[in-house]
This record gives sequence, structure tokens and C-alpha cells, in this order.
Amino acid sequence: MEDGIVLTMRGISISFPGVKALNNVDFTLRKGEIHALMGENGAGKSTLIKVLTGVYEKDAGSICIEGCPGEAHIHSPQQAQNIGISTVYQEITLCPNLTVAENLFIGRTGGSVVHWKEYEKRATEILENLGIPARAKQELSRCSLAVQQMVAIARAVDMNCKVLILDEPTSSLDDKEVAMLFRLMRDLKARGVGIIFVTHFLEQVYEVSDRITVLRNGELVGEYPVSQLPQVELVAKMMGKSLDDLAELERIGQKSAASEETVYEAEDLSSSECRPFDFSIRRGEVNGFTGLLGSGRSESVRAIFGADQVTGGQIRMNGKSVRISKPHDAIRNGIGYLPENRRRDGIIADLSVRENIILALQVIRGMNHPISRADAEAFADEYIEALQIKTASKETPIRSLSGGNQQKVILARWLLTHPQYLILDEPTRGIDVGTKLEIQKLVLKLAEEGMSITFISSEIEEMLRTCSRLIVMRDRKIVGELTGDDLTQAQVMKTIAGGEQAE
Amino acid sequence: MTRKVITLLIALAMVFALAACGQQAAAPAASGSADSGLIKVGIINLDPSESGYREANVKNLTDTFTKENGYDATFVTAPTADKQLEAAKGFITAQVKYILVSAAETTGWDEVLKEAKEAGIKVFLFDRMIDCDPSLYTAAVVSDMRQEGETAVAWLESLNLSEYNILHIKGQLGSAAQIGRSDPLTEKCAADAKWTIVREGTGGDSWDPNEARKIAEAAINAGETFNIVYAENDGMAGGVVEALDAAGITHGVNGDVIVMGFDCNKWALRELLAGNWNYDGQCSPFQAAVIDEMIKTLEAGGAIEGLNELNQIISVEKGFDATKITQEDIDTYGLGE
Amino acid sequence: MKQNRKTSSGLGQLLIPLVALGILIVFNIFRDISFFSIGMRVNNAGNIVLTGNLISIIDSASELAIIAMGMTLVTAACGGQDISVGAVGAIAGAVFVKVLQGMGAITIGSVILAFVLCCLATIVFKLFNGTLVAVFKIQPMIATLILYSCARSIAYWINGDATPQLKSSIISSIGKTIPGIPVPTPIFAVILVGLLLFLIFKFTSLRLYIQSVGINQGAARLNGMNPIMIKLICFILLGVCVSVASLIGVCRLGQLNHKTLLVDIEMDAILAVAIGGNSLGGGRFKLSGSILGAYIIQMLTTTLYAMNVAPVNVKAYKAIVIIIIVVAGSPVVKNKLTALWKRLRPVPVPEGAEKEG
Repeated sequence: MEDGIVLTMRGISISFPGVKALNNVDFTLRKGEIHALMGENGAGKSTLIKVLTGVYEKDAGSICIEGCPGEAHIHSPQQAQNIGISTVYQEITLCPNLTVAENLFIGRTGGSVVHWKEYEKRATEILENLGIPARAKQELSRCSLAVQQMVAIARAVDMNCKVLILDEPTSSLDDKEVAMLFRLMRDLKARGVGIIFVTHFLEQVYEVSDRITVLRNGELVGEYPVSQLPQVELVAKMMGKSLDDLAELERIGQKSAASEETVYEAEDLSSSECRPFDFSIRRGEVNGFTGLLGSGRSESVRAIFGADQVTGGQIRMNGKSVRISKPHDAIRNGIGYLPENRRRDGIIADLSVRENIILALQVIRGMNHPISRADAEAFADEYIEALQIKTASKETPIRSLSGGNQQKVILARWLLTHPQYLILDEPTRGIDVGTKLEIQKLVLKLAEEGMSITFISSEIEEMLRTCSRLIVMRDRKIVGELTGDDLTQAQVMKTIAGGEQAE
Repeated sequence: MTRKVITLLIALAMVFALAACGQQAAAPAASGSADSGLIKVGIINLDPSESGYREANVKNLTDTFTKENGYDATFVTAPTADKQLEAAKGFITAQVKYILVSAAETTGWDEVLKEAKEAGIKVFLFDRMIDCDPSLYTAAVVSDMRQEGETAVAWLESLNLSEYNILHIKGQLGSAAQIGRSDPLTEKCAADAKWTIVREGTGGDSWDPNEARKIAEAAINAGETFNIVYAENDGMAGGVVEALDAAGITHGVNGDVIVMGFDCNKWALRELLAGNWNYDGQCSPFQAAVIDEMIKTLEAGGAIEGLNELNQIISVEKGFDATKITQEDIDTYGLGE
Repeated sequence: MKQNRKTSSGLGQLLIPLVALGILIVFNIFRDISFFSIGMRVNNAGNIVLTGNLISIIDSASELAIIAMGMTLVTAACGGQDISVGAVGAIAGAVFVKVLQGMGAITIGSVILAFVLCCLATIVFKLFNGTLVAVFKIQPMIATLILYSCARSIAYWINGDATPQLKSSIISSIGKTIPGIPVPTPIFAVILVGLLLFLIFKFTSLRLYIQSVGINQGAARLNGMNPIMIKLICFILLGVCVSVASLIGVCRLGQLNHKTLLVDIEMDAILAVAIGGNSLGGGRFKLSGSILGAYIIQMLTTTLYAMNVAPVNVKAYKAIVIIIIVVAGSPVVKNKLTALWKRLRPVPVPEGAEKEG
């Protein structure tokens, strides 16, 4: 094996019933390198990683790893771990109710007698060594998500891993936490660990990676040093489109003009999770709530939808006073809500795409008026077509779809109810660039047709492109409202910061 | 939160259960006075909901030890050993003259029985034995399960059939009643070539009639021919009869198959009277009269006779024959309603 | 990870129980083909009835099949089981008999009234369970443990230890056969309950609601469903199933014994649900699977009885066969079989495609 290379994958192919998931893909990871693996949903990133970690058996190709003479045969994640390949997933896979030290060493203490005192000491060393802000005896669930992730990484590193795979590690972290994680990644890189970094956040790729491998439709597009691949080109390679197509990204900045009619109006609305606030939206308007993670933007829209326990306030829809205390009330009044946490609150994992699509409409019609199978299939076909949902069939369980396509199904669910007012909380999180663009375009199109939409995103640019009004929140309070020329990144930042401090 | 609610509910359930027990297990306070001329007795029994047998047993005692009969009796029914022991101590404190016990557990009584003996209280055991020195109790009036089986087998033998092809439905495997009722039959079958057990099965721990029915159905469907059903309790005999009925096999006095049950429930004895069944073996819960007689003898200054080396009196268990049973028998010996 | 949670839809879920049933049938064909013979006989009441092991199996499994259906619904919505079905069944029987006795004569009218009242009583007890599970969010096993341990005592309070007898042609028509119809009535009861549920699922969207609540309660709520209501509905339906099963149980023997009525049926019902390929953790369900499971259990029992296995061994043999069926239906074995299938069939089939990005 060439010097300085920890991992080579050559000619990897694998197919699932009906789908060629990977076709002759090569991948090379060098020592002390952060290597971003990029591609749209369904490009084959996860599949490649699952082949590497032994979750899937490849149909063809070879894998070689430093220190392992000849080809490495990996048949289970356990085997992968033994030869130095560790994975840290987006969802934490540790035990939340054990301590940090226990989580670091559990399952690899060897022997039946365990000297936890000693392990606590070693844990403290490891944590200090890697600069992780946690104590050994602290219960893991009491640490922030970022720290939990870092503990998972520390565990992997302590197990002498040569290849560390980070699968979407940043998607539920805020900026500060991301910075902390990146510090750790750079530190590990300096120690010679090869890191495979899978993410949807382009900026993060450029901030931390050395090299990028792009996949598209299960095929290798190419491997590039970061310095030689400008962001626009990366996007173009991922989407397989030319740069001209991307100009559209800018063009959709044309926002439609909202009418004067107020569709939804809340006064002193409060819930168990948020303080009283006033809010209104006009027909055809797209507005957004922005603020740092934890500023209360999600809690506010949850209050509007009745998702949390509503504790007070007056609500008028189209001028008429209504009562919305639970999601059912909201839905009956023509409000739709795409939740922030798709996996937890959005999809019904084991149900088919068809069932997931008709769910909300069925609830509006009531239990005693079932949607006929034929109608349901027609609806499903219509929206699979309209939103370009990539699924093997409408009877496929939604859980086997990629994240972006799951999101489209949830979106279809709400569009099918023809809401007057649609709340989209992070509709583009964890979704590839192409789909993001589609969703943004769709939002503007719907608004043009008269739907009122609240759009929340962590990516301010995205909101600036779509929203005509931004409500800025800090510490669970509305601190400002921006419209027109004030809709610039700088102004948003300033309002969030409140002119004084950054938090 | 959830945990709190569970705790609360369990606590509530326990209070509920205790209250239920309490209805019967009222504190054995000594009521009545010694100078009224009544004999003070304390009676400790098991819970009547345990079985039909128990209910009849409790009723038999309460009907016998009445004021009219010259007794000042306090009754405690408790399902567990600790509650029974507590009750016994209460009786000693209350200075009753006689204590009658059907023990939930066979061990753990020595101390209390010694205490009673020192206090000059005479103890009678009924229905169930206790593992202790026989000197600690005056007499034990108990059933002999094996005798029940022997009586049944002897009855069957007296029919002088040319062939004995038996469907044997056992009770809860390993229970005293099952062993006592099974052994004489299996021994007879081993000894006599005319006697064959063509099929055997069990109603399981709950003596389930439905299971007995299924076993009989399977035997009939398999083409087995049998002329005797030996079921170790009435319920299971009833289950087998359902299978016979469904298959159009006649049974009872003039039928093809002889049906035998045990326990002498009233409903079963009525089946005998109607000629649908042939035999029902008693497991007598009626020990009160014997004890009553013994106490009266002692009170009159006499001595109890007829005890064996363990101070036992074995109740004589009847076996009822459908051709001889009368309505009077049913009223006297039948259990339940 | 995700692969382990893969459960096949459609016929796939029924594959294992169908194979199990097939093996039992083949086994019996080779053991003794006469096992399957069906005949006609005149029973002691003078009616022509069908007899044979197959009739025995389908007839005897009726109570289990009915309760398994109800259990499937509660399992699907709550992700747990109601272990008090047998004990509450004893109450149902006690109420039924008490009401009938109270009214004196046994007529069709009085039987219907008694059954309706017994249904109501059962539903009340099931709603007690349902409230603990749905409102107080107590684990179903714990919540139903309360009635599991005390319901038979309640049945005793209602009826005493009387072992009341019900002698009437109406009662035997319900529990055995209707004069002129050679098929045992309990079989019709299974069909009736099955049909009732089928119609409910056809004319309402309850199935979708139950599955949604069972899979992801939070998401179901955000889509405007009321998880508490759905769970309570499942418990009510289970109550109806228990009442019907109890009615059959009482009428079959023409007597009520609170200690043995539907005894131990809860465990068999849970087993039937599991053998039918339904997840005991809730979510997607197939009633047909549970019914099939019930018949498999009964067929196994009857086979063992027909083979004249010694009573002490019956339970052990039953356990061995059931362990094999349950393990064969487990996700691990299923995935292994799927992988093997894939290897044996190199041609990709466009079904259940899985694509991950």
C-alpha cells in the first residue's frame, strides 16, 4: 500500500432489488486528512459507508486498509471496528443514562472485574487530552448533543481507529457547537487519523476539509482537493448540472407581493414552551422566524399549530375568532405544519408513502369517511409526480426513502390538505442542494397561488431568498421584524445580536 | 410521574385486596362472655373463594358452631400463613377454649401450637395436616385422597365389566388430589390385563374442563374406543361429556360410556340423578360434625377414641352411584348450588 | 441498523405462519392421513353434526381466535398487551349468567339482553385498563396486571362459587351447534367478529389511525389524531371480543366456572399475535396473521393429543415447536433468509426496493 494512505476502496459495486446503488466507485483516504464525501440524496454516500462498515455486503470491488495485509473482508460493524474503522452517526448511539466514563469503556473492558475508578481516571485523561468539556462521572444525557457526539468520537479514537467516519455530525448542532466539533476534528487530523466527513452543509465542507469526493447516482464523479473546487462547481458536480442552471438559485429571489387580507392573526399567544407573542400573516405572504437555535422560533410556530399546550391568547382566522388548542383544531382551520424533527415528529416510519401522504387529509375528513384506496393511490401518484419523490413505489415504507424524499412526502401530506396557511419548520434540513432549491421554488409558487407560508431555516440565506418578512427572535422573545431593504444577512445578524452582545 | 402513579395504583389495589380480606378476616376479638355457658372456639380457615370445596367447608363450620349449638365461635378466613398465625395468636390472647385450623402451609406452626398447649387450649386440625409433633394437637380430621381413588376403583371393579378401556383425565399434575386419585387406577391397570388406559391427558393446573373436552375429542377422532371416563374432578368430567355428546356417544346409566367424576358438586350429582353420569367420588368438606362431637365428648369429661398413631381421624369418603343416589343425598352432600 | 427493522409487507408477514401451518399439515399427512378425515354424526341431541380433527381445531380455537383479534388491535395501538383478557372474560361470563338467572326463563330476548349487559360490563373493565394505559401512560403489562390478578375474584363476588348450569337449547345452540346446521356455532362467531372488524376497517380509517398511533404517537398527534381516543377504541373492541369469547366459553359447557373460564388464554392470545407475524411493539398489523396464529396453536395442541403424547410432555413439545416458529419469524432470521433468497436469485426484482443516499 502506498505510503500515507490508510484506506483504499476500488471498484465497489452493490445493487439492491431494482436499484444499482453503487457502480464501480473508488475512494482513497490518506493519513491525517479530512475527506468530505459529497453527493445528493440517493447518490450513494450512505451505501458506500455501509459497505465500508460491513452493514452491506458489496457485490464487487476491494477494500484495503493500512496494517491489514491484502484485502480486508468486512462482514459486520464489529469487524470493521476491529480493523480500525469507527463510525459516529448523526443519532447518538451511546447509552444516555450511563456516565461519560462508562460510555467510553463499556463493552471493551475485558474480563468480568471492572475497576471503574481506574477507568474514570483514564476517561478524565482522554477528555482533557481532546479538550472535551465533560466530566467523567457526568451522566451522558446531561451533556449537550455536541458533547455527546464528541464523547462518541473520543470512544472511537481511544479504540485506535485509523478511519473515523462522521455521518452528518453537525446537523443538530448550533454554530458554537459546530466550531467545537471542528476543533476536535482538526486535532484528530493532526494525530494522523483519517476522517471521512459526510454532510450537507457546503460551508462546513470548505471550512474543515482537505479533499472532496463527489458521488452522483451511485457513480464516482471525482476526487478534488478543496482548494481546486470552488463551491459553485461542487454544487454543479453534485447536481450534474452546468453553472447556468445554478443561476436560477439567484433568480428565485423574486418574491411575490402579498395581498392585504390577513389570514391568521394571534394576540398574546403563549404555550407551555413560549412566552406570549403577537403574530399575523397575510394571504400569499411568506414570512420567517429566525434566531439562534433555542431562541424560541420553533416553539412559536408550535404554539400557532397547538403542538404544545397552549396557555393563552386570541386567535382569528380570516377575521373570525377561533380556538386552536391542539393540532386537530389547527388542521381543521386550514393550517399545516411540517415539523422540525422529521424523524421524530413527521414520518410514520413503517407506513407506506401512500399512507403517509393521505394522513392529514384523512384526519380532516374524519375517521368515518375513509379515503378510498383508488383515491388514495391517485393522490399519491399525483404528488409523487408533482414533487418528484424518488421512491420504488407508492407502497414502499417511507423509512426506506432518503431524507429529502421523506421530507417531500411530508410536504405532499400538507399540500394535499390545501391549507390556507402552511408552517414549514426547517424543511430543507439534511437535504441536498437540488431538493433545497426545489422546495424554495415550490414555496414561492404556492405563495403566488395565495397560500400563506411561514418558513423557518437555519440557513439565513435561504430565508432571505424566500421570505418577504423576517421575525427575529432571541431568548424566546421577538426582538425585531425585518422587511424590504432590511432583509440582508448583516441586518439579520445585527438584530439577532441586538447590537450589544453576540448571544 | 408514571412511577408515582403505578405505586399509587398498586397501593390502592392492595388496600382494595386487604379490605376484601378484611371482610372475612375480622380481628379475632373475643366476643361473648364465659359465663353465658357457651364454649369459646376460634376457627381458622382458608378463603372461601379458593374453591367450591372450601366454600362448602366454611359453610359447614359456620352452620355447626352456632350459639344454638352451644358455641361462641369466631371465624377467620385468610389465604396466607402469616395471617393465619396472627389469628391464632389472637385466639390465644383471647383465651378461647378450642382452636380449629385448616392451615395454608404445613410448616411454621410449632411455636404457636406450643403456646396454645401451654395456655391449655386444645387444637383440632381439619382438612389439612400440619408438620409437627402429634402431641401438639388433640386430633386431626382429614381426608385421604388415596382412599378416594381406591373407593372409585373398587366401585368400578364391582361393575364386573368384561373390559375396562379407560379415558383418564388427570388433574393438576403433582397435586395431592391428582396423585391420590390417579395412583389406585394406574396400579389396578398395571395389575389387571382387563384394565387398559387407552388415553390419558390433563386439564392442567386449573383443572380446565375445556382442555378435557379437547383431549376427548382428539381421542374420539383418532378412533379410540373407550367405555369408561375417569375424570379427576367434576368440571373435567363435564368437559368430556360435551365431547361425547357432540360425537353422538351415549353415556351414563344406560349409555355406552361410564362417566366418573370427583368432588360431588351439586350440579354433578344432579347429572348422576338424571342418569347422565355414573359415579361421583366425594372429597368431604364436612368435618364440623366430627369435631363438634369430639368437643362435646371432652366437655362431658370423656375421652376421644378412634385416633390413629398420628392423632388422625380419616373422614370416610363416599362414592355415589347414579343408580342409588337420591335427592336427599344431593341436598346433604352436594357442594355449591 | 435500519436493515434490522425491515419487515416485509404484504404476504411476507404471513409467510412464516403459513409455512408453519403447512409443515404441521404435511407432518400430519405423513403421520396419519386419517387425521384430516371429516365425517357426519348424529349427536346426542339428535342433530347431524360434522366431526373430525379439522372441525375440532377450528371449533376449539374460536375463543382464542376472537381474543387474538382484539389483542392484535391493542398491541398495535399501545405497543403492549392486555394480560387480563382471560380474567375479565370470567367477569363477562359471571355477568352473563347472573343476568340470565335474574330474568328466570332463558329466551332469545333474555340471552341477547344478558349478552349486551355482559358486553357493557366487559367494556367498563377494559376502559379501566385503557385509561391506565392511554391516559396515565402505564406500561400495558403493568396496567393490566391489576385486573389479571383480581378479576377472577370479582367474578366470584358476582356469582359466588355456584358453578351455575344453563340448560337450554338456546345456550347449546350458541356454544355447540344450531339444530339443522352441522357446523359448530363458535366457528360462525369467529367469522362474525372477523366480519365486524373487517367492516369497521373498511368503512372507517381506524386501521390507519391505529397503525399511525402505534408507530409514532407524537407524529400522529401532530397530524390531528387523538392517540388516547384511538387506544381506548382498541380496548373497547377488545372488550367486545372478550365478551363474545366468554359467551362461547360459557355456552360450550353450559355452565360457568369462574376459575376455568378462558383460563390462561391471555398468553396463547399474545402468542397467536406474535406467530401471526405482528410486532408486539405495535405498529403495522394483520388480523389474518393473528387468526392464523390461533389456529396454528390449536392445531399443534390437537396434533399432540392425537399423537397421544404423555400429559407431562405436552407443554414441553408445544413450547419447542412455538420457539421454532417464533425464531423463524424473528427479524434476524428473516433478514438472513432474505439475503439467502437474494443470493439464490440474481435477477433483481422491483419490489421493496431500498435506496439510501
